[in-house]
Amino acid sequence: MEKSIKRYFPVFLGPTFLAFIIGFIVPFIMGLYLSLCDFRTVTDAKFVGLSNFAKAFQDAEFLHAFLFTAAFTVVTVVLINVVAFAVAMVLTQNIPGTNIFRTTFFMPNLIGGIVLGYIWQLIFNGILARYDLALKISAKYGFWGLVIVLCWQQIGYMMIIYIAGLQSIPGDLNEAAQIDGANGWQRLWNVTIPNMMPSITICTFLTLTNGFKLFDQNLSLTAGEPMKQTEGLALNIFNTFYTRVGWQGVGQAKAVVFFILVVGLGLLQLRMTRSKEVQQ
Amino acid sequence: MKKRLLTLALCGAMALSLAACGGGNSGSNPPADSGSSDGGNSASGSVYYLNFKPEQDGDWQALAQAYTAETGVEVKVQTAASGQYEATLMSEMAKTEAPTLFQVNGPVGLANWKDYCYDMSGSALAGELSSDDFALMDGSSMSGIAYVIETYGIIVNTKLLGDAGYTMDDIKSFADLKRVAEDITARSGELGFSAFTSAGMDGSSDWRFKTHLANLPIYFEYEADGIGDTDAIKGTYLDNYRAIWDLYINNCTCAPTLLSAKTGDDSVAEFVTEQAVFYQNGTWAYGDVADVGEENLGMLPIYIGVGDEANQGLCTGTENYWCVNKNASPEDIQATLDFMYWCVTSETGLEYLCSGDHMGFVIPFKGNLESSNLLVNIANDYVANGTTSIKWCFPTMPSEEWKNVLGSALTNYAADQTDANWETVRAAFVDNWAAEKSK
Repeated sequence: MEKSIKRYFPVFLGPTFLAFIIGFIVPFIMGLYLSLCDFRTVTDAKFVGLSNFAKAFQDAEFLHAFLFTAAFTVVTVVLINVVAFAVAMVLTQNIPGTNIFRTTFFMPNLIGGIVLGYIWQLIFNGILARYDLALKISAKYGFWGLVIVLCWQQIGYMMIIYIAGLQSIPGDLNEAAQIDGANGWQRLWNVTIPNMMPSITICTFLTLTNGFKLFDQNLSLTAGEPMKQTEGLALNIFNTFYTRVGWQGVGQAKAVVFFILVVGLGLLQLRMTRSKEVQQ
Repeated sequence: MKKRLLTLALCGAMALSLAACGGGNSGSNPPADSGSSDGGNSASGSVYYLNFKPEQDGDWQALAQAYTAETGVEVKVQTAASGQYEATLMSEMAKTEAPTLFQVNGPVGLANWKDYCYDMSGSALAGELSSDDFALMDGSSMSGIAYVIETYGIIVNTKLLGDAGYTMDDIKSFADLKRVAEDITARSGELGFSAFTSAGMDGSSDWRFKTHLANLPIYFEYEADGIGDTDAIKGTYLDNYRAIWDLYINNCTCAPTLLSAKTGDDSVAEFVTEQAVFYQNGTWAYGDVADVGEENLGMLPIYIGVGDEANQGLCTGTENYWCVNKNASPEDIQATLDFMYWCVTSETGLEYLCSGDHMGFVIPFKGNLESSNLLVNIANDYVANGTTSIKWCFPTMPSEEWKNVLGSALTNYAADQTDANWETVRAAFVDNWAAEKSK
């Protein structure tokens, strides 16, 4: 068996690897190079060195987008994980209809971000219009609107991961704690959560990167209005690249900065939560 | 041994399915190519037109088919979504099968794409132009050729205006417009309609205000200073811009705080269902508003209280210039030039371009037909009556970014009409003009 795996692995890995190269590695390397170029179309570029990065760092809108995204990410990481964990706890208590609830909570995740953004825009505007207000007139509405949409979309997904984690905790641990006289909170903090650290690592990683990478929902829900006050990093990069004549290189440079930022934060977070994981 | 056979069988199945996919692809590609190679012996090239106007997509597709049926030359028409033309063009141009025919909006757009523009001077198409003013020059190179002349103003439902007790002749200046609009607003409960359709600031509609309405203060400033473009706009007539914007947003079908969510379709619907008298838009919108009935449609100049209002006409010009991709193969360039020539000279082409049943354009070519587009005819009447048309100065606006920032500032101001928020509009108009021009 081992031998045949050795022999045939290219057949299985090859197509995926090829797709990965075409769809990821090549554009990535091209992107790195293009961030040092002045260009209109990606196949026709002129090398200009680091000036794009200089322009990117001088751009006040880029800084604002970073702060907006950072605040957004902090809020969504906390909200999504706490709520998803709570829902997972409830839905592992053997209450009737558990599977229906699990499926329903998971479903928003199956809808794409653009569609979700437009649907929620209609919902929000429908409600706000009763008070002669609209989503795009205040950054506050836009920010919390985005938080609601992302929570609605992602809580179900994280919930599934937490449910899987909860179900893998051996029942005798909690039972033993109970016999030793631990109350509910003590069992949660000292038994359940330490055993859930692998799930928490995954979920914080996913929500952290999703918060930073937020694009579809941002574009369709607020499009950065009012006055770019609700423009996240990814949308700022997109707008720099596509709507500003001659700024394509700067947009690309921002994308490289963005990449380094997300990778750095992701690794830092992994290291922090990993260190808290316990071995059973 | 059995396991190994199974593995082999699985691998075989996978390889087969992959091959099938590949086969499927290579099977679906050639027809597109063979279409053009079968097409004709003389023309081996093909045309790929990246169309700017979503409202005319269907007509362009039909026209392309008619051309293919007549000559065998393949014409592919793709239309960019509203507001997404530059983005679409940018990604399409990077492809091997890049558009052979695309468009720029004037000198500013040309600056971005001039390295891709084929010099059309001396071409048969250039010879068909009714005036050389409609060619877009980059030095001595004829980089773009305008293909449509358009006019905008305030489209009026004259029946509703009559119901409110006014006629078109009552409105000859900004003061008149303001008086009538505010009177209609005051009585809107009893009349059952509003003065203006919603000035929607959604992306499908905000260009009517951040671009077209903003043209008026720019035009009057250019006129006063005797210039045609500037690196630093002064904003001489910004107070007038504010006055007309105030009029639009405070006398429309909805509260000004709701405008950010209103779309172009909302405005059209309000106009067609007789919820409002005035609708700022142009000749291209005739198809949308024709349901109101020819006898009920009129057009007014956009008065902002500047200049000789008695002789002010509608806003006429173009921001649609055809450009041919220099980097396309010589056969494709020739095929594209032939297609363009055919569009503006052949009976079918002219029918599609000029007839009110299709695109209803006024084209700056010798073959231009008498229009059946009522709004075009109204525009012609204004010219015939000796009014001075307002030129389209917005192709000189510094960038898309400038327009977008101005649009956001206008939306922001509409929601909360304070002097501080108008200052943001002023900054977006004046300061950002200089900043964007210098980039």
